[in-house]
Amino acid sequence: MSTLQFIVDNFNEVMYLSWEHIWIVGVALLIATPIGVILGIIITKHEQFASRVLNGANILMTVPSIALFGLMLPVLAIVNMGLGKVPAVIALILYSQLPIIRNTYTAIKNVPPSLVDAGRGMGMDKWKLLRELEIPLAIPVIIAGLRTAAVMNIGIAAIATYIGAGGLGVYIQQGIARVYPEMILSGAILVSLLAIVVDGGMAILERFATPEGIKVQRKLAR
Amino acid sequence: MIRLLIKLYRISIAVIILIAGVTFERTGLIELLSDPYEYPVIMELFMQHLYMVTLSMTFATVIGITAGVLLTRKRFRRYAGICMYIIGLGQTIPSLAVLALAMSFLGIGTKPAVFALTIYSILPIARNTLAGITAVPPELIEAGKGMGMPPIKILMEVEIPNAMKVILTGFRVALIINIGTAALAYVIGAGGLGDLIFTGISLMQTDKLLAGAIPVTLLALFADFLSELLGIVLISRGLRLSD
Repeated sequence: MSTLQFIVDNFNEVMYLSWEHIWIVGVALLIATPIGVILGIIITKHEQFASRVLNGANILMTVPSIALFGLMLPVLAIVNMGLGKVPAVIALILYSQLPIIRNTYTAIKNVPPSLVDAGRGMGMDKWKLLRELEIPLAIPVIIAGLRTAAVMNIGIAAIATYIGAGGLGVYIQQGIARVYPEMILSGAILVSLLAIVVDGGMAILERFATPEGIKVQRKLAR
Repeated sequence: MIRLLIKLYRISIAVIILIAGVTFERTGLIELLSDPYEYPVIMELFMQHLYMVTLSMTFATVIGITAGVLLTRKRFRRYAGICMYIIGLGQTIPSLAVLALAMSFLGIGTKPAVFALTIYSILPIARNTLAGITAVPPELIEAGKGMGMPPIKILMEVEIPNAMKVILTGFRVALIINIGTAALAYVIGAGGLGDLIFTGISLMQTDKLLAGAIPVTLLALFADFLSELLGIVLISRGLRLSD
């Protein structure tokens, strides 16, 4: 109850920190999505790079987040950006690559070859096939990848408060430092709530983005 | 064109290694590592880190697999859906929040850190055990029944070996997350390599920072590699060949 009181008492600050958190994750996703989707499409067209790119993204994902911040700090310190929002956004972009690339790759690989043949038979060229057939069919799976990336990024952005990026992690950091349980709890609850809400929102988006044809097909299969 | 790209890729890796070497020398990392007073401290922190990870992973694997197996038994199967949902929600909670919550209930030190790591690692293991066993083809289980196997034998000789690949993926994910989260355990007073990273960040001491960040990264990469090796040992040969 005292946690709720804390949130009500500091409502303006809570709103500001939430907005900061959403801003970091949002900017990172906005930059990461085109990079990931384009890389994913390239490796479906040039198979020989597929395992290399996916392995590279997998290694990036394996690096622990606080270690990645630590490794980037001396490098970015050269241009005076070792601390703050810039390294946080860069790290989130790197972490988002694996789910986005992997999902784009598998989704486009799983487009039925009969449909591609049909498109080709209608005289579509490579670009048109990609734009009008492969991408629309792959969109739900790509958004599922974005959803994984978004939820993961919200958690990592909470850690980024230790390199001065701000966001809701500030409450956890300050709460631990001051041994102030209400502050820790409100930080932890708000970050989790944000993750759950974004997860649910992306699930709805996934349903909306599914082409009508696939929905009908699923209904018939049932 | 492609050959050129591959050559470029190799050259860039060589350049990165070279730059890394120069940076280590410049930042004084090599000096720090060869310091007879600093080296034992780093080793001790490393052992602390390893201790936390090993202990929590052992608990998490036992509890996670048991929970996953129990949820696929006939008596508990109807709770599987709701449990999956709760686990899914649990995984959206950030690792730092789990650590902080453990601290606010259990105080500071290694104990709450191991507790938080265990809880956080159970989730992927339990979920993958559940998913793996559910995905075992029913005809295999029928065949086992037809051969007169009792349920425990079906579990040990049919279901678990067939689900092993998925279970191992869960174990791998849990292990990697665990190593990363153990680096954060410093903030609740549990030590580990995070000690060096956080101190390095707040003092802007690059050598200390790298002395923590590089071993953690290598540990995570090594754990990833180790899980792959574990797959060769634990997954039966027939299943590996069918891939």
